[in-house]
Amino acid sequence: MRATLANAARANALRSEAMDLRDTPDEAAFRAELRTWIEDNLPEELQGHRGGAARFEGEEMRAWSRALYDAGYSGLTWPKEYGGGGAPYTHQAIFLEEMARAEAPPHVGVIGLGMAGPTIIAHGTEEQKSRYLAPILSAEEIWCQGFSEPGAGSDLAGVRTSARLEDGHFVVDGQKVWSSFAHLADHCILLTRSDPESSRHAGLTYLIVDMKAPGVEVRPLTQITGEAEFNEIFFSGVRVPAENLLGDVGGGWQVAMTTLLHERGTLGFALQAALEVQVRKLAALARDRGADPLQRDRIAREWIEMQAVRFTNYRSLSQLVKTGMPGPEGSISKLVWSEANQRVTKLALELLGPDAALWDGSAPYGGYWQYQQLRSRGNTIEAGTSEVLRNIVAERVLGLPKSR
Amino acid sequence: MDFTFTPEQEALREQAREFLSANPEPSWQQLAELGWTGVSVAEEDGGVGLGFVEEAVLLEELGRALYKGPYLSTVGLLLPALPSELQAEVAAGETSWTLAFGPLVPDLDTADRVAIVAGDGIYELEGAEREVLETTDETRPLGVVRGGEPGRRLADAEALDVLRPRSLAALAIEACGVARRALEYAIEHAASREQFGRRIGVYQAVSHPLADAYTRLELARSLSLWAAWCVAEADEQAPVAAAAAKSFAGEAAVQVCETAIQVHGGIGFTWEHVLHRLYKRALWIESFAASGSSLRAEVAAYVLEGKKAPGPSPEPVLTQGG
Repeated sequence: MRATLANAARANALRSEAMDLRDTPDEAAFRAELRTWIEDNLPEELQGHRGGAARFEGEEMRAWSRALYDAGYSGLTWPKEYGGGGAPYTHQAIFLEEMARAEAPPHVGVIGLGMAGPTIIAHGTEEQKSRYLAPILSAEEIWCQGFSEPGAGSDLAGVRTSARLEDGHFVVDGQKVWSSFAHLADHCILLTRSDPESSRHAGLTYLIVDMKAPGVEVRPLTQITGEAEFNEIFFSGVRVPAENLLGDVGGGWQVAMTTLLHERGTLGFALQAALEVQVRKLAALARDRGADPLQRDRIAREWIEMQAVRFTNYRSLSQLVKTGMPGPEGSISKLVWSEANQRVTKLALELLGPDAALWDGSAPYGGYWQYQQLRSRGNTIEAGTSEVLRNIVAERVLGLPKSR
Repeated sequence: MDFTFTPEQEALREQAREFLSANPEPSWQQLAELGWTGVSVAEEDGGVGLGFVEEAVLLEELGRALYKGPYLSTVGLLLPALPSELQAEVAAGETSWTLAFGPLVPDLDTADRVAIVAGDGIYELEGAEREVLETTDETRPLGVVRGGEPGRRLADAEALDVLRPRSLAALAIEACGVARRALEYAIEHAASREQFGRRIGVYQAVSHPLADAYTRLELARSLSLWAAWCVAEADEQAPVAAAAAKSFAGEAAVQVCETAIQVHGGIGFTWEHVLHRLYKRALWIESFAASGSSLRAEVAAYVLEGKKAPGPSPEPVLTQGG
């Protein structure tokens, strides 16, 4: 064992791969350049917006997304051959951190960049790649996701929206829910049941659907905040060309898993960066309006937990960079973030006192905290409920017997 | 940015785990032969010339094994404040130390020598009487020292700025080791124990608290490793990182042990099962140096008023001439 320690000492002396939480020179340069770029290019009116999908409707958001694209910041980790940056995951993490710190809105193609694009890169034909990927990066085309249904929420294998193959087309009938951006979208990644005799994970087929096709109807769903961030989508006899099939007929489940892997994989850093901003604003609020010792204790708790999420993400990311597989601890970041964001926003309301009951223009800070607090209730439901995520940790990380 | 252990550090962990499982009560001399007492001691003083990240790897494994002896006291609480010839003695396994950080001093039964904070310096305490007190955690006794006087001056009191984050980080990472072992027992039990005809781990009333225990532990570990790295690199964030880590990890270890006891049912509540020993160590760590809530008061001052968080000075055990 002394030999092991001596080996460790030698390796350490080389400093080639020792633990180091600082940016490498390359990362520091990327961060500095990006920070300057954001300062120079982010229009003031887009900064620090309270959030919600409504903000994506204006032309200025497309212009901002286009500017990100022109500067080479869209699809940083996508392969270069598809117009991406071919950059390491650490750059993507730095990008998300800096964007959040500047309170810059994200690229409008959230679903395209994070879910549809990576799925097409993994499973698409060459024609599909050349047709769909570039307009995602340039924000010319917006995507939405059609997975959940009234009868298939956490239990996605219960999908019933049907796709019938009929002279070179899939004819799609059914209903999808909780679809963000559907009211703006050009395309939908749609999970359908192509074999009516099948059940559960078999017989599912993954399609790319033109949202402007006849028979597609989008109805906004007004949520707890009063905004319509997501939608229902109805499909009535929608004809989808056979070449819009992604993966194999009947192989939709595997393709969908790629999408969800990317949804959760790329999410961690965006969430952590958003939580950093939230805790920073909470501290500013406490300085502004005062906090008693018990409230100070809870603020410290949230700051500590935010750092814990941050360094857990760093551990997972470092493992991903080194081995190609994220560490198991990465699976907890969305779970922890969602509950932290709920506590932070509720604590902010407590600091606001009776003003917490005011809304929007009548409220201090333009109603930022009231909106954030209500919106946060969705955090433990969207992109995998906390119950499902705890099952995943219990079964896949801890190796406990399956509950079903 | 690279937040992973090197292959050498991983190998060290594996070997430490194997060694401690084969030798649950190693002597100080045995630890010295392994190089563990001199990890951060310079090579010219007979040490290995590594740093606190490697010591953290060992502290975590020692916590997991509920090691009884003066490693935390010597290496975690005092080592960098010792002059180099005394560090050489530690590396050689000739002496072990403890630091009277407050009135209750750890490992007085096993540590050879005692250091105290007195006035403007850290001194060796000479001629004092030791009384070892009964403690809930039998693997880490506390005691008091009476009489005696400051002998050799070991370091200026400023050394406490280095010692405090180091000791908090050491306690935090040790807590992670304790919690890890408790969680392992709980998972093993939930995956094998059958009730109502099924293994109890299938019930979400059992599996979800275990998922939460894992989550708390991994968060605690991320904070503790952050703190350990800051201590190793003398990073300016070391004081706040260590306060955050000890605050979170101390409480998390207690919670994880409580979940483990609950999941075990009656057997988890018995003297016979090892869980209560892990639990008592977790409670010991949570109460030692500074509790989670008092550390959060420091973190709040850092976050809200930008105060550097050196924390309150340790209560002097002896004042000069007293």
